[in-house]
Amino acid sequence: MMLEWVRQLGRSGIDFFEKLGRGHLFLVKTLAGVPEVLARPRLLIAQLLSVGVLSFMLIAISGLFVGMVLALQGYNTLVDFGAEESLGVVVALSIVRELGPVVTALLFAGRAGSALTAEIGLMKATEQLSGMEMMAVDPLHRVIAPRFLAGVISMPLLAAIFSAVGIWGGYFVGVGLLGVDEGAYWSQMQDKVDFLDDILNGVIKSAVFGVVTTWIAVFEGYDTIPTSEGVSRATTRTVVHSAFAVLGLDFVLTALMFGDS
Amino acid sequence: MKQTKTTEMLVGMFVAAGIAALFVLAMQVSNLSSFTEEGTYTITARFDNIGGLKVRSAVKAAGVLVGRVGSVDFDNDRQVAVVTLHINQRYNRFTDDTSASIFTAGLLGEQYIGLESGGSDEYLVDGSEIDEALTQSAIVLEKLISKFVMDKASGK
Repeated sequence: MMLEWVRQLGRSGIDFFEKLGRGHLFLVKTLAGVPEVLARPRLLIAQLLSVGVLSFMLIAISGLFVGMVLALQGYNTLVDFGAEESLGVVVALSIVRELGPVVTALLFAGRAGSALTAEIGLMKATEQLSGMEMMAVDPLHRVIAPRFLAGVISMPLLAAIFSAVGIWGGYFVGVGLLGVDEGAYWSQMQDKVDFLDDILNGVIKSAVFGVVTTWIAVFEGYDTIPTSEGVSRATTRTVVHSAFAVLGLDFVLTALMFGDS
Repeated sequence: MKQTKTTEMLVGMFVAAGIAALFVLAMQVSNLSSFTEEGTYTITARFDNIGGLKVRSAVKAAGVLVGRVGSVDFDNDRQVAVVTLHINQRYNRFTDDTSASIFTAGLLGEQYIGLESGGSDEYLVDGSEIDEALTQSAIVLEKLISKFVMDKASGK
């Protein structure tokens, strides 16, 4: 009984590291396919449409509402201290540093990541990937690499759109509805938000999240058990693992970027 | 063929929107537009006590932002604080007997350095120093309170 339990623990440990190793080998092979994709940008453009453009509305609308809620909540707290002029700073810093990259990555994993996993998983289940191999076409180069690259390119752009729309949403609520001074909203924001420290670090964050979520999505799809149940599980795993990875990495990146100041 | 053209169009618009958003963040939200490191000259000032002054704190003259604090250091020999100030190149008419004081914006606000020109004919240039004699330290609330209490006690 006890021995059986220990054996099972060992097996799941080995499985975990096997999968980790497969994932990294997969990433290396995918990256090797990237130059080929750049030589044939048509493949990339088709994927940018489904991964990036179709996520645009979701990201823009979410960003608008996140900014509006931040302005409402921030105003209620700040007005107690007579510091409602600082609303612009509060909204801009929290969106640019944290919420922009993180919320975009979570939405991106749910919207685009799950779709990528399901698509690739079904390709595997219906043996399209094996068919490509039969025709001496490497599916990693032809199918995976364009999707991976599209995700990596889309994420920072989507996060930037999220942040810009969010700050605009905060402006709409704060200045338009709650009567914060327009000049104070923008000038305090410009005074306190640093381009290198805040905006560039936010962009770096979103790029890292883009690599990680897309990697998880395409790998889960490629590594799926080729049955309908397997695809469904892989899709779930994509969303769950992406969320963990994004939130965990966010802590590490924040500690590295903003920890010392 | 029409299909791919629409696709390309949409993707192009998406990428342009992303870059535009980044541009808006850089210009409208951050301080990139208002102040850049180039076009400044550096002077140093020594203070007995800088209070809560930090790197990137504002340097103002007549209430107008003219530069920022570049670094804050401690002079081991003279036991005073050394602050380097990056002043915008446009404002090059501060006399060499300019005084620098540390003020607080609002009651509990951020601290900044205020510059005030004197009557000299010479101007501050890159590398100039403002000595402790011409600087006024930050007001430390504890010192102020203890002084007030002491005065009250001795006055009785």
